[in-house]
Amino acid sequence: MLTAILAMTGLSCALGLLLGYSAMRFRVEGNPIADQIDALLPQTQCGQCGHPGCRPYAEALARGEDEINKCVPGGEATLLALADLLGREPVALEIAEKPPAVAVIDEQTCIGCTLCLQACPVDAIVGAAKQLHGVIAADCTGCELCLPPCPVDCIRMVPIAADIPHWRWPYPSSKSSARATTPEHEAPQAA
Amino acid sequence: MTEYALILIGTVLVNNFVLVKFLGLCPFMGVSKKLETAAGMGLATTFVLTLSSITSWLVNQYLLVPLGIEYLRIIAFILVIAAVVQFTETVMRKSSPLLYQVLGIFLPLITTNCAVLGVALLNLQAKRSLVEATLYGFGAAVGFSLVLTLFAAVRERVAVGDVPEPFQGSAIALITAGLMSLAFMGFAGLVSS
Amino acid sequence: MAALLPLIGRRRLWTFHGGLHLPDEKALSNGRAVEGAPLPRRLIIPLLQHIGAPARPIAQVGERVLKGQLLALADGNVSACVHASSSGTLVAIEDHPVPHPSGLSAPCAVIETDGEDTWAELPEPMGGYPQLDPAEIRERIRWAGVVGLGGASFPSSVKLNPSTDHRIRTLIINGAECEPYITCDDLLMRERAGSILAGARIMRHLLGGARILIGIEDNKPEACEALRFALAETDMRGYTEIRSIPTLYPSGGEKQLIRILTGKEVPSHAIPAQIGIVCQNVGTAAAVADAVLEGRPLISRIVTVTGRAIGEPRNLEVRIGTPVSELIARAGGYRERPRKLVCGGPMMGFDLASADVPVTKSANCILALTEAEAPDPGPALACIRCGRCAEVCPAKLLPQQLYWHARAKDLDRAQDYHLFDCIECGCCAQVCPSHIPLVQYYRYAKNEVWAREQEKRSAQQARARHEARQSRLERQERERKARLRQKKASLDAAPGAGQSEQDAKKAAIAAARQRAAAKKASA
Repeated sequence: MLTAILAMTGLSCALGLLLGYSAMRFRVEGNPIADQIDALLPQTQCGQCGHPGCRPYAEALARGEDEINKCVPGGEATLLALADLLGREPVALEIAEKPPAVAVIDEQTCIGCTLCLQACPVDAIVGAAKQLHGVIAADCTGCELCLPPCPVDCIRMVPIAADIPHWRWPYPSSKSSARATTPEHEAPQAA
Repeated sequence: MTEYALILIGTVLVNNFVLVKFLGLCPFMGVSKKLETAAGMGLATTFVLTLSSITSWLVNQYLLVPLGIEYLRIIAFILVIAAVVQFTETVMRKSSPLLYQVLGIFLPLITTNCAVLGVALLNLQAKRSLVEATLYGFGAAVGFSLVLTLFAAVRERVAVGDVPEPFQGSAIALITAGLMSLAFMGFAGLVSS
Repeated sequence: MAALLPLIGRRRLWTFHGGLHLPDEKALSNGRAVEGAPLPRRLIIPLLQHIGAPARPIAQVGERVLKGQLLALADGNVSACVHASSSGTLVAIEDHPVPHPSGLSAPCAVIETDGEDTWAELPEPMGGYPQLDPAEIRERIRWAGVVGLGGASFPSSVKLNPSTDHRIRTLIINGAECEPYITCDDLLMRERAGSILAGARIMRHLLGGARILIGIEDNKPEACEALRFALAETDMRGYTEIRSIPTLYPSGGEKQLIRILTGKEVPSHAIPAQIGIVCQNVGTAAAVADAVLEGRPLISRIVTVTGRAIGEPRNLEVRIGTPVSELIARAGGYRERPRKLVCGGPMMGFDLASADVPVTKSANCILALTEAEAPDPGPALACIRCGRCAEVCPAKLLPQQLYWHARAKDLDRAQDYHLFDCIECGCCAQVCPSHIPLVQYYRYAKNEVWAREQEKRSAQQARARHEARQSRLERQERERKARLRQKKASLDAAPGAGQSEQDAKKAAIAAARQRAAAKKASA
């Protein structure tokens, strides 16, 4: 009886020591998962997920503290990519996707208060105190953080134009046939 | 030499642990959604199985038998297996954090994988030598990895296909596993032992 | 004996995997000679008719423009110039529907023609071009707005400028015209074989002296004959060969034609220049000849107007910017109401929602199909995994796997199956017994991949800006703290100094008061 207890205790201690040593030897610094998650996020820094920026959300996901369906600008594509990376089930997005838009400042109304300059998380607004402010459309991520601070409400979100360079082939719908029907063509008179 | 070859073929194909002995079904179903995950799990299990079959054989030979406490072998083996799995987890966390994250709960669940304990006990039962026991464990793991990889590949293809709604998800997966098991019955009689 | 060897090697033709024998329907439109389409009242000339950046307008709205006058300049390296197709007034530069699968509008230069058709002053013909610097000749081709007229519309001056690591040994002139119904290249070869050869000669000079192979499908014997006849009258026989190739769709595809004529395969993700070959359409060659030898920009092209819904299917020499409706009227109008109006061929063309769009440089055919020619196949059925699509794919891909993965939106797997090597020829969709719109899935998948790469690039840029902003704010915070510390330190370090400053001030004030009092007393 005693031998049994002593033997088991001895075995447990030996294994415990081995595990302790391996824990020290193979210690992990930093959080490489968070980096990989961050690489998938759209970097809008809008805060719509409930975290102050994309990196904090990535770190929360890495710790397993948050759901993957919170990112609104990322939309379905980001949701599926995160589900793929983390091996979790893709769930429906919490908030509906909005069409991508950029902020535009109304030059007539702007008073040059610099409040929107300070609010922009990617420094996409140029200007100075008492000078006209302007949004660099190419750098604007559409996060809408500049709208609340403006005291004269001169910023509005303009959806990115649907023109030929931005047009994409749609996903074939289940109803479409191999060659879609075209609108009726009139029969003009012969020349 | 032929003995060893026969042990390998026996454990990998003829008496495959998953499809013939029906052990280790939990990770088999749980980790087979993606090919990369399945391959990673296979490697982890191989490492654990081989190491634990060696250590459990040693613990049995040099601790349990001399002290006459063979009745404690199940507890002792589980202790050993848990330690080996924890060690594997620590190493994997360092070397491949993504795989660690993706395997999630299934990595510590290798401890409860009945195939691992099964190998340790079967080695005892068949009174194998250390080399034979190691080979048996390794072969069992290779068989497990092989079947896991095959199953994951099939599941990936089925996932993009047109599965009727009542069958989607686990249902079609289990039917596929059953068909694979039927296929492996074809290996019966390959090795006369 | 030695003389025979190159003969044996050269005469051989290779085959490519797959392909389809389609009823070529060429007889509908190849019986009549090319005629000029009448000058329309309004010309609508899009600023983007090529791959690359749209041209930047340089003409002023309201200005009178002449035929061949430069309206818009090429913007950047991969771009092409746009010219006025006739004389008149430039009334607007505005959005107008253009021939595009989306049916959307794009900026166009609108000219109200005056009917006089007066030429602008054209640059000098470069008759002695072999003595000229190739860069000058390329500049002329670039000025003339010459783009690939086979359908891709890639700026030709860029294609004819190979990089120094690619030695071009073969120039292939593509006269295959494999798509059914289209006969514009056929007629061009019959009527202007001399121009085509002259253009090929110029291209050869720009590429550093390659051999020339002209590939023509064997359903065009007259074209073949015309080119052989014209070749006999030039000095090009030593390095030029005309080969008649078996009629098979899509032999006219660049990679397929290269395979047929040379046996070489263009590697995945590579361009033919990387294996020493450049392929150009016969129309492009004729346009190059016009630009270099006559100083004329690209302002017109031959367009096939065909289909059984058209009264008199034929080929027309059309000014760029002519509305499609006027072409149809010139070709005898509609005999019956068409079920589909297509810009391009039945395999690779796209539907036109209305006939009000203008003809662009890449519009090779206007196809009005009847119900009998293009019946509605109905909704797509389930894939039965028959594998017919893989049998006919000229790029040796697995269309079935591409379909499954594009359908499941698994773009990584789709790319594993070489999604971007698909030439969108439509052979797979043509043979599919379930009539699944396969090419639509591949186009969707390709667009998705490009869009995601673009989003990733934007996201990286945004992240970099965000991090720069964070470090800037931190730096400002640190500097502010450092200033505060310094100020506090200087106040603490010298309280006596502060005191003495105050004393000195007091003394100065007292002295000033005394002076003022003294002044008052004395006054």
